[in-house]
Amino acid sequence: MVMKPILPLTVSEAVVRRRGKVLVGPISATLETDGLTIVMGPNGAGKTTLLRLLHGMERMSKGTLKWQVPESEARSAQAFVFQTPILMRRSALDNVAYPLRVHGVSKSDARAQAAHWLARVGLSDSEHKPAHVLSGGERQKMALARALIRDPQIVFLDEPCANLDGRATREFEDLLHATRAEGTRIVMATHDIGQARRLAEDVWFVHHGRIHEASPATTFFNTPQTPEARAFIEGDIVE
Amino acid sequence: MSFWRCLSRTICTRLPLLIGKVAISCFPPLSNQQNVTIKVKTPNARRGAGARPRDGDHQQGMNEIVEGLLKAGQLIVSLDADLIEISLRSLRVTLTAVLISSLIGLPLGCWLAVRRFRFRRFVIATLNALMGLPPVVVGLIVYILLSRSGPFGVFGLLFTPAAMIIAQVIILTPLIASISHQAIRDLWAEYHDLLISLNTSRFQRIGTLLWDGRRALLTASLAGFGRGIGEVGAIMIVGGNIDHATRVLTTAISLETGKGNFALALALGFVLIGLAVLVNLIIHSLSRTERSGRW
Repeated sequence: MVMKPILPLTVSEAVVRRRGKVLVGPISATLETDGLTIVMGPNGAGKTTLLRLLHGMERMSKGTLKWQVPESEARSAQAFVFQTPILMRRSALDNVAYPLRVHGVSKSDARAQAAHWLARVGLSDSEHKPAHVLSGGERQKMALARALIRDPQIVFLDEPCANLDGRATREFEDLLHATRAEGTRIVMATHDIGQARRLAEDVWFVHHGRIHEASPATTFFNTPQTPEARAFIEGDIVE
Repeated sequence: MSFWRCLSRTICTRLPLLIGKVAISCFPPLSNQQNVTIKVKTPNARRGAGARPRDGDHQQGMNEIVEGLLKAGQLIVSLDADLIEISLRSLRVTLTAVLISSLIGLPLGCWLAVRRFRFRRFVIATLNALMGLPPVVVGLIVYILLSRSGPFGVFGLLFTPAAMIIAQVIILTPLIASISHQAIRDLWAEYHDLLISLNTSRFQRIGTLLWDGRRALLTASLAGFGRGIGEVGAIMIVGGNIDHATRVLTTAISLETGKGNFALALALGFVLIGLAVLVNLIIHSLSRTERSGRW
């Protein structure tokens, strides 16, 4: 099945408000067809809410999201990897096969593709283990496989490496590089500056629910434009 | 230091006594009041053996339990035809009721967990309250509905196992729905983001939650079975405890107790408990719950 390209995405004046408090916004930005955007910022800056907003999981109080295709079509070409992987009470194989199953793929076909994806993320040996016995790194890789199995055009990742150690993080980043090389658009939140330097092609620096600074990675890391971003990169505490 | 400890010990030991004395002087026990006599009912009074020495009562009770156990063993070993008949009827009525209630209650509980609507809270509170529905009242209502002059009288269901099943379905459905709602609610909290992100339909969400929560839902059904198999109030009224037609274990126990056949009643009671344990064990072993590495 050939999907129409859903990118670029144009966000205009989007605001997420809960109980009278503005969590995120107003956001106006464009996600181009190609690239790996890192969303950075201190805890509570609104990174997660911003990603969920882009994915269409947050109700907007104001503003619009404009994909190149209607919203419902756009949703099926997106995937989301959560900070703590959601483990369904099934085997790793069935976890990865699930997105295909709910979209009408036959069981045997879905399982075959899931096995292929588990092999790609290096979890072939764990196919039949229940998801909850996997280690932290394995769980996150399984979640990535589950996100990628429907061949999305864009993947949102919400601090996927926050609970991983060095080796698991490196393996996960290798998988992201491979995914990026295949042309999948990646938007990933992190507050790990080292990881941002390794992965980013462009950076959104989020502060107090707004995109404080958006620039290509080299510009952002070498000559940050705002004092907050500069302080953040230098490892100072930004509040 | 030791003074305070001594004081506190004194207060601790004396205070309850003091409170007791004050309480007794304020509210004298009935036997101390004039013009009131208390009749002591002995357990044997019913059988006309009230003249037994009171010291023997305790012994007597123990004997009856032992006797009941022996009798139960005897009935089971000899494959007593009546016993088998009423046991099977008990199982048939309750298992059918549990099956129907599960078919209604499990999806209902799941739907309540997933769906947000205006009266949701009210419906859940009502459901929780209905868990404690008095069986006698349910029996009475079903009786009125099914009796000749009632709206469903034409079906002639009163005093049949079908009527007993209907009454039990009404008793068990809220219980099963409520327990399954609680189990599914937790699972839904876990799965919510993923299922929303994958753009699943409501029907798919319910299906996924029912399947992945099946072990918790089994517990809900077994709780329903537990309530159904031991229930006597409703099935007595709508079934009528007719020999070879609607007599089940619980109604038989009630009857034998009334007749003073304590040993037989106890024997039936032990069979009933054994049956409940057996069904639970069979279902657990079939579904392979409580095993390592499984949910």
